[in-house]
Amino acid sequence: MDFAFLTDTFLRLMAALPLTLEVWALSVAFGALIGMGVTWMRVGGVRWLERAARAYVFVFRGSPLLVQLFVIYYGLSSFPAVRASVFWPLLRDPFYCAVLSLALCTAAYQSEIFRGALATLPFGQLEAAKACGMSRWTLFSRIVFPIALRQALPAYSTEVISMTKATALVSLVTLWDMMSVATKIRNDTAIVYEPLLIAGAIYFVVNVVIARAFMALEHRLTPHLRARTA
Amino acid sequence: MPDATTPALRVEGMRKRFGRLEVLKGVSATAEVGDVISILGSSGSGKSTFLRCINLLETPDEGTVTVAGEMIKMRKKRDGTAEPADGRQVERIRSELGMVFQSFNLWSHLTVLENLIEAPVHVQKRPRAECVEEARALLQKVGIADKADYYPSQMSGGQQQRAAIARALAMKPKVMLFDEPTSALDPELVGEVLRVMRALAEEGRTMLVVTHEMSFARDVSSRVMFLHQGMVEAEGTPAELFGKDCTSERFRQFISGQAQKA
Repeated sequence: MDFAFLTDTFLRLMAALPLTLEVWALSVAFGALIGMGVTWMRVGGVRWLERAARAYVFVFRGSPLLVQLFVIYYGLSSFPAVRASVFWPLLRDPFYCAVLSLALCTAAYQSEIFRGALATLPFGQLEAAKACGMSRWTLFSRIVFPIALRQALPAYSTEVISMTKATALVSLVTLWDMMSVATKIRNDTAIVYEPLLIAGAIYFVVNVVIARAFMALEHRLTPHLRARTA
Repeated sequence: MPDATTPALRVEGMRKRFGRLEVLKGVSATAEVGDVISILGSSGSGKSTFLRCINLLETPDEGTVTVAGEMIKMRKKRDGTAEPADGRQVERIRSELGMVFQSFNLWSHLTVLENLIEAPVHVQKRPRAECVEEARALLQKVGIADKADYYPSQMSGGQQQRAAIARALAMKPKVMLFDEPTSALDPELVGEVLRVMRALAEEGRTMLVVTHEMSFARDVSSRVMFLHQGMVEAEGTPAELFGKDCTSERFRQFISGQAQKA
């Protein structure tokens, strides 16, 4: 065992962790915003918006994330119109392309999670809220959203965790995330296992932390599902 | 302007159709302030639909609802059915009508106390501290003061229904609507809910109660309405309907059928 090499590898990988986390956090956050929009289109009751939302989910859930990433990073730049547009400073940057494609992809999954949560809302509790005279907005913010959030959390945490792993793909569009660093060390040293295993362990620890955070949140939000001991 | 003689609730010529089935064929009713009207009828008679049309949980196709002198404005849609003309008005009038459901429908993610102050704080925009104080008094009144911090799932059906009644009362409604409030309860829990409702009747609350509880209809209500196939088949004071002089053969059959079940 070469401890100096292991330590060095670990430190180099940790130095790349912030970028991995940044891509992850931004894509999950933007994905949530887009996903909510898609869900709203899906359930809003306007026929053509609903179709567009369905098509969106169909495309982004049905094709490989790597294909989406390459299409956005390598594909879009081949259109002169894109290069001439105001978005070019963002789209020429692999970081923004990575965030954009991850966000678009997770949005499709997240919107399905939101839609599922809305579909299981207890109808009687919504009627009770209407019968009290709640406006649409009050009904949404006070009853629909809090109940749907609780329904969605378990599936949502799974999606968020799978996104940390999906960020490894951004190494293929020249970003220096953990996976790129691991690959570089492997190529430079011809040592295969250690960099990959250490990188894998770091992803694992990150995911344990995220999973724990979601468990804590779920626990906090669902006292009504636990038997009363007092 | 409403005065002492303005009925708390007046419904005129209400019709409702679900597809080809006409559930209400022109039902009218008037509740003076302090009236307790029991609405009876066999399953499918339209009694629950009638109640749900009053606060527009179902939209009546025709007819008018007037609460304390204010008529709910409706307009015709192109397909001949109606819709509320003013959503804000519907929301305001709903907040003046307390509704109690068969299946309680308490908000499961909120404690009992939070259930009670939810609409007073977020619909009526009243100060939270004041609402909490009133809510505690209401819980006392329905006999579950010790359950304020429980979640609905941690209580029995009878306790949940009493909490739901308190939630409706917290809005200080002009009329209380009860949609089969004891039908989902185990027999031994029915009494505690009926006692609360009887107490409300005795303090002069205006109530419309869709029920199968014949004793409540006979002993507590001031008027009884019997619906049959979407129409008012018989109507009057309990003495008139439950007495010997009742002219409706159907109603007599109905109560003898209910007596056999009990």
